[in-house]
Amino acid sequence: MPESIKVGIADMNICRAPDSITTIGLGSCVGIVIRDPLLKIGGMIHIMLPDSTVIKSNSNVSKFADTGIPELVRQLEAQGCVRRRMEAKIAGGAQMFAFQNKSELLGVGERNIAASKKVLAELGIPLLSEDTGENYGRTVTFYPENGVYEIKAVGKETKKI
Amino acid sequence: MADITLNDMSDQYFDVLKEIGNIGAGNATTALSQMLNTKVDMKVPQVRLMEFKEVGTTMGGEEQIVAGIYLVVEGDITGSIMFMQRKESARIMVSKLMGMEPQGEDFTEIEMSALKEIGNIITGAYLNSLSTLTNLTIYPSVPDLCIDMAGAILSVPAIEFGTISDRLLLIQTDFTDEEDMSGYFILVPDEESYGKILTSLGFQI
Repeated sequence: MPESIKVGIADMNICRAPDSITTIGLGSCVGIVIRDPLLKIGGMIHIMLPDSTVIKSNSNVSKFADTGIPELVRQLEAQGCVRRRMEAKIAGGAQMFAFQNKSELLGVGERNIAASKKVLAELGIPLLSEDTGENYGRTVTFYPENGVYEIKAVGKETKKI
Repeated sequence: MADITLNDMSDQYFDVLKEIGNIGAGNATTALSQMLNTKVDMKVPQVRLMEFKEVGTTMGGEEQIVAGIYLVVEGDITGSIMFMQRKESARIMVSKLMGMEPQGEDFTEIEMSALKEIGNIITGAYLNSLSTLTNLTIYPSVPDLCIDMAGAILSVPAIEFGTISDRLLLIQTDFTDEEDMSGYFILVPDEESYGKILTSLGFQI
């Protein structure tokens, strides 16, 4: 029986086919998945913020795009995955509340998306597809077996990217 | 002003924050009760310090569909306040206020607007009492409404909090009426604000 491994907020995990990996209720956070198609091993990270360097409380590497994604890649490599085979998909980064406020934090979804893409590019991992932005939450499940990233949202049809 | 971090929080401080939640929510439920002309009860508030990972599970599951009304608070105390309820409960509340049966599954524009106004009034009552009690100035922003999965909605204050801490302090008060209406108030003060709240109430930190 394939298992579904859960990833919480500011958390990461790895799984091997036929298991899948899931995170529930992505809001402005971004769920980045990376897989090695040959070994069918995949990992997911649920980041909250783009940049650890501007924040003093940054002990949890999984919280940030700039520290979390390289750590996920390192953990995948520890499982025997090879960097040049890796491919990524991302989802999330919504703006849940449409404030007309000047607070920079409120555009955090957009900034999370941009930072995730930048980090993936720096690591040389191609981004195959994305389902990002908009104003609704997403529950996502990733299947390392075939690389399907399944996205569910309230009142919307399930999407596969 | 002495700084206090979440790690220094003693039981006594928790009790104080609980009492703040109690008074705030008490005023808010009174406002709600008057507005809807019905009896509204509230439970003893819970103050919890939790890891981000647990946040989604607080409101009966991360995938529970909820209506969240969210305001940012500025002034002497900074942070955010959210008024959250299950979607069905929000339906009941709106139809009570508007004196008509819910129209269909989704909220109409006017119902959304009514819901926002309810949120505005009751969070206003909550913050007013907090301001009076502490003698601190608090300016709430214009509220905004979002109907979605609890996990996604709660990630908003969690992210805001995430810039200063790895944990989140939640002052949560539940309320119910005789029917199926229930909800939560969640006050999320920024870390610097605890010290101010506690000092303003005469605590030596």
